[in-house]
Amino acid sequence: MNTINIEHLCYYYDKVQALDDVSLSVIEGEIHGLIGPDSAGKTTLMRILCGLMPTQEGKVSVLSLDSDDFMQIRSLIGYMPQRFSLYQDLSVAENLKFFARLFNVPAGERDKRMQDLYAFSHLEEFSGRRAGALSGGMKQKLALSCALIHRPRLLILDEPTYGVDPVSRQEFWQMLKQIQGDGTTILVSTPYMDEAELCDRVSLINGGKILESDTLTNIRSKWNRKVFSFSAPNLKQLFGVLEPLAESCQLFGNEIHIVIPNASAAQSLDIIKSRVEGIKYRYEEIESSMEDIFLSYMNPGVWRVS
Amino acid sequence: MNRRIPAIMLKEVNHILRDSRTLMIVILMPIMQLVIFGYAMNMEIRGIRIGVYDYRDSALSRELVHKFAATESFQISYPQKPIGEMNRYFYQRAFHAFLIIPADFDHTMVRQNQAEVQLIIDASDPNAATMIQNYSFAVVNMFNDAERLLPIRVKTNILYNPDLKSAYFFVPGLIAMILVMISALLTSIAISKEKELGTMEQILVSPIKAHEIIIGKVLPYILLALIDAMLVLLIGKYLFKVPFVGSFPVFLAFTMLYVIVALSLGLLISTIARSQQAAMMMAITMTMLPTMMLSGFMFPIASMPKALQLITRFVPARYYLQIIRGIMLKGNGFAQLMQPGLALILMAAVLLILAIKRFSLRLK
Repeated sequence: MNTINIEHLCYYYDKVQALDDVSLSVIEGEIHGLIGPDSAGKTTLMRILCGLMPTQEGKVSVLSLDSDDFMQIRSLIGYMPQRFSLYQDLSVAENLKFFARLFNVPAGERDKRMQDLYAFSHLEEFSGRRAGALSGGMKQKLALSCALIHRPRLLILDEPTYGVDPVSRQEFWQMLKQIQGDGTTILVSTPYMDEAELCDRVSLINGGKILESDTLTNIRSKWNRKVFSFSAPNLKQLFGVLEPLAESCQLFGNEIHIVIPNASAAQSLDIIKSRVEGIKYRYEEIESSMEDIFLSYMNPGVWRVS
Repeated sequence: MNRRIPAIMLKEVNHILRDSRTLMIVILMPIMQLVIFGYAMNMEIRGIRIGVYDYRDSALSRELVHKFAATESFQISYPQKPIGEMNRYFYQRAFHAFLIIPADFDHTMVRQNQAEVQLIIDASDPNAATMIQNYSFAVVNMFNDAERLLPIRVKTNILYNPDLKSAYFFVPGLIAMILVMISALLTSIAISKEKELGTMEQILVSPIKAHEIIIGKVLPYILLALIDAMLVLLIGKYLFKVPFVGSFPVFLAFTMLYVIVALSLGLLISTIARSQQAAMMMAITMTMLPTMMLSGFMFPIASMPKALQLITRFVPARYYLQIIRGIMLKGNGFAQLMQPGLALILMAAVLLILAIKRFSLRLK
């Protein structure tokens, strides 16, 4: 049974189409990554799943409930919006208690869960501190804890690690793995491509369309392309030669990554070799990273590189 | 058991206690408003320039003018221009008032045992005009006593502002205005603030219902607004010596009703406004002007055009003013105040239901 089923979902803000025929399923127990650049439609999609925005066209079911049943859906899911949305003038403990009350968690049960969440987030020593005075990483941990206080079956996280330092991001993902271990399904969006590697399955979204939805391994093999890394003292000149020959040609630090379809790889390399005669360069084949795959899918797309 | 309403209430109380701005609005604003307005309206006037057209010019009429001149309040002079030019004098602010003694002054006094003089007052400053009118009455009474004559009847004809109320009536009016303004202001930002901060998105993704949010937000502010009511009442009573004849519990009950109306109005605004700033502007304009103009605070409703009279029916202060003037000055009880009380109950119910209906459990 899929936890989320989306069929042919479209959403319009007035005349601007934010979601275009989105079909997607999230399997029970998985961490599903929704990966795409800013304004790809990630937030819109998540808000529709939470019932914050209506389903205009298409069919959405969450935990076997129709999206019109949003009040019931809301009591079963946990949601963390993109922006930090807890009460900055309330303390860590007050925020947790407030959300426990909103979900009608009995007082005794609440205290037990708060202890569990403290143990897991290491927030106990800050329990009296106002949320506004927490660091970025701790804020996200608190928001995650608040979203978990009623033991949701599905957790929807909108760019939870955006703007968080790398160490805290890593800790945050460890926490997600732990939550998954307890049997909670997680749908998480991110603009960071390296985080795709941490998901069981990912959906690539751009311009309101789902480009691909599968495990990373399957996406890689379906992609069916090779990536080569070139380096040379004069990168600019090399870039000029490579760009018209490759399917995608990007600068990564002092290397140039080019993407060539598997089938024509050998042939293309020969052509490249003949064209770049006289220029000093080195190259090697590298494993395609999520970033390469994205860029070739979404080119031209504007990316925040982590 | 449903914990959501108490949860919202508790959270609001924490917000209030931790936000110095709210506390400033609640405590300092009413004190300042009442004191400033109250003193400004109570200012005494000296050196009133009064122009006399004495068409009789007899010993008796000169005696009356002399009585005016003998007080510290009036400065007498005799304008040259014909009486038709009076308006021009008013425009130039050369005179505050004119005393017109008709040619048959002595004659009617003897014949009919009473005489009429006319007093024309520039009431572009209504407070000053009230004073001038009252001082004039006092002078005429003195004249009557001194001459042992039968009373002269002063027929006042007030220009520019047809309506004048005595100072006692101002304090209840100010109480009505301050309470409605502050209450509406407080709740107007209660929801727009959460929308702006993004916290609304977070609490909406819970099984909370619209009425739970609205009621949870109104309740703590009732207490706050009642504290304000006590504050302004105390200042009115001890600083401005406004009598309080009626019963305090009756006052408290109706005041609570009135603040619920105002708080609900604020919440309704909050569900409409897109930003805190817009909400505050709306709350102030929707409460201050109608309360001043259309409640009977400054101008009596009976003398308004029919269309405006109809509009006053939608101004809560109209009913509340009737109630507190009744309680404070006449000692009215529940029985006499049923009708305005019911009007307020109806308003509170309609506004609350509208706010709940307007409140969307989805994002815009």
